[in-house]
Amino acid sequence: MFLDCSAPKTLEGLAWASCYLTSGKHIDFYWAFVVVLALLACTAPMALMFGYGGATAARSHSLPVRMFGKCYIAMVRGIPDIIFFLFFVIALDQAIEWTKHQIVCPDWTEPVRQGLEFKVCPAAKVPQAGTAPVVHQIYGFGLAVVTFSIVFGAFVANVLYGAMNAVPRAQLETAEAYGMTHRQVHRRILVPQMWTYALPGLSNLWLILIKATPLLFLLGVRDIVYFARELGGSKTQAYEYPHPDWRLWYFLGLMAFYLLMTWGSEKVLRRLSARLSKGQATAAGEALRKAGAVA
Amino acid sequence: MKTKILASGAVLALMAGMASAQTVRLGTEGAYPPYNFINDAGEIVGFEVELGNELCKRAGLTCEWVQNDWDSIIPNLQSGNYDAIMAGMSITDEREEVIDFTQNYIPPASSSYVGLTADVDIKGGVVAAQTGTIQAGYVAESGATLLEFATPEETVAAVKSGEAVAVFADKDYLVPVVAESGGELVMLDADVQLGGGVGMGLRDSDDELRGKFDAAIKSMKCDGSLDALIARAEYFGPEAVVFGDAGKEGC
Amino acid sequence: MSCWDTVQAYAFRSLGYGEKLLPKTDFTICQQFTLIGSGLIWNVYFGLIALCTGFFLANALALAKASRNPWLRKPAEAFIFVFRGSPLFIQFFLAYQILILLPRAGINLFGLTIATSWLTKAWAGALIVLFLNTAAYSAEIFYGALRTIPKGDLEAADAYGMTGWKRFRRIEWPTMMRLGWPAYTNEAIFLFHATTLVFFSAFPAFQQRGDALYYANYFADKTFNPFVPYPIVAFYFILLTLVITGIMGLINARLNRHLPGNQRKRIRLRPQLVR
Repeated sequence: MFLDCSAPKTLEGLAWASCYLTSGKHIDFYWAFVVVLALLACTAPMALMFGYGGATAARSHSLPVRMFGKCYIAMVRGIPDIIFFLFFVIALDQAIEWTKHQIVCPDWTEPVRQGLEFKVCPAAKVPQAGTAPVVHQIYGFGLAVVTFSIVFGAFVANVLYGAMNAVPRAQLETAEAYGMTHRQVHRRILVPQMWTYALPGLSNLWLILIKATPLLFLLGVRDIVYFARELGGSKTQAYEYPHPDWRLWYFLGLMAFYLLMTWGSEKVLRRLSARLSKGQATAAGEALRKAGAVA
Repeated sequence: MKTKILASGAVLALMAGMASAQTVRLGTEGAYPPYNFINDAGEIVGFEVELGNELCKRAGLTCEWVQNDWDSIIPNLQSGNYDAIMAGMSITDEREEVIDFTQNYIPPASSSYVGLTADVDIKGGVVAAQTGTIQAGYVAESGATLLEFATPEETVAAVKSGEAVAVFADKDYLVPVVAESGGELVMLDADVQLGGGVGMGLRDSDDELRGKFDAAIKSMKCDGSLDALIARAEYFGPEAVVFGDAGKEGC
Repeated sequence: MSCWDTVQAYAFRSLGYGEKLLPKTDFTICQQFTLIGSGLIWNVYFGLIALCTGFFLANALALAKASRNPWLRKPAEAFIFVFRGSPLFIQFFLAYQILILLPRAGINLFGLTIATSWLTKAWAGALIVLFLNTAAYSAEIFYGALRTIPKGDLEAADAYGMTGWKRFRRIEWPTMMRLGWPAYTNEAIFLFHATTLVFFSAFPAFQQRGDALYYANYFADKTFNPFVPYPIVAFYFILLTLVITGIMGLINARLNRHLPGNQRKRIRLRPQLVR
């Protein structure tokens, strides 16, 4: 089916709608869904990493490391994520450029901060001046991923910290009695077992992460909320497809998308939880064992 | 030692290479027709985009457009994410304190009130304006009750829904909105002059770049091409305020 | 203007008292602290009222979800799914869009005119959304707690001949509260955090009266420096979080007062449910 969309103002009904829904901006809108999913896919493992680091730090034997871990968890938890997103990206961007500046241009004499201005030597700009816009976009996306990961990493750290403490003490003591070193206990006993205790908390976090993505536009990523606002707003004749205010419908569409994501995730997570409970010394594991014995 | 010299030579060459093929990044909002907006094909277009491209051509620069949220448009300029702002930004004292402006490329324009009827109370009623604009500041001082929205779009919607009796915004933005409302909205006869026109915003330290753009704007004022561009039907129309002879002074 | 003068002029600005115009030039740290603190009144208002009213609806919803009667269970499940499954940001937006569709003049019902215009104001409209939202999240927490009540407790109640309302009031409800309280503390914290979205997503600020984030945004906009006002909001919220944790901890201690001291579990802050 080929549509002639060159003169949309003459079209009507279904032809208009199909041209409208396939306009360049709508294609961008559909891509934004992919961007959101990609962000989720990148953020989840990274936040797990940050969280694992934070939880391990909070359980460390050395006081400064422990303090650092606990501060990280408490700080990020006490502050609404939206506030982090509002200034953290610029701060992160400047921190990266400042670090690079120190390495690349040690002989630079001008101050980096002049009033409100932040000026590093040209070689320290990230990305370099003159790179393709797509590189800038990827860099912006990267910053968003790191910011999201730091915020959600704190939540993950909190869950993992609780899960590590929930692993029965006797198991660790048994391992020590077998002559395992501290590291071995950590790696072979604690970490494999903590997941089953952490999973309920982590599944909740995954759902929370999904629901935090409408704030992506604060981080300079053109996400689905940005496009829903942009496309739904009433359009004058300056546009090819003039229409009244349709934001309500676009947002209803987004709502459906999020409900679907939540519904799907809950199904997958329920299965995962059943699998992880297998052979564990918990109520759920016991239930599985009994069910298996009957069968 | 030799390697070190070589390395620093390479850095110098790199920097020289950059200076010759200087790419200037222009920041814009992309949500303020006809100044700048995203068209249905998903491209940034509008008066400022056409003007900016022409200015870059005259100044011998390669330019690319960057879209940025209005709220953080100045912090991101200062942070170096782009080099100049062209986003319908009025030249005001407040902004002048933190960034530099070129000479204006749109003369001081009127701001207008638009309401459902011509007799609404704009001095004591509820007036909608976009957060962080000079119009919002003006309404707060006028005695009217200010109702603030994040986008210009929502301010107009507020009048239609009856949330506010009037919206106060740039006249150029409101004219097509009123024209296409089918008589639902009317423009009030109470224009106000605010700000020093629209100019290009740059970092304080970028005097060289500002000089280049200043010269390019002046040359467009001198040959009348700027006025012609402003008066184009798709932008501000033949009735728009232009520079005229005042712009040709000192050519 | 000394800092004390500033405090007098702006401490209740968010409610409409004091200086009419916001500062326009020469911004001081004192002004930022005062105005952002003034805005915090709104965050506390939204959080506190939504939490207190949402608590009752949450209890009802949890019971409905646990009910065997599908006419009670299905609507409760659907309500909880919709409010927990979608971002609050979008809920605010949709609520505002729907509320402004109500007739301005009011709804005429049997000769009585019910005014509707107040619903589009943030103090009412946003509060309704937060109320429904927190009710859904808390209901899920209480429902989970209800299902984990030890079997022995219920059997003991049966042995004493307790049934129906008496059994619920004396045995089930207190145990449910005890079990659900740590997670509910988290819900309270995140509800307060979520109040920052009120003026950010859809509801307009009236006469420049807004919450803490609204004023922080104002200053970031005027001073062009995001690195001062936002950390101030962050500071206030850390304080607020500490206060909430403290109060909820006291209630938790009271709920578990029958237990010997060494068995009382301290509230471990785990983000069970956030938005």
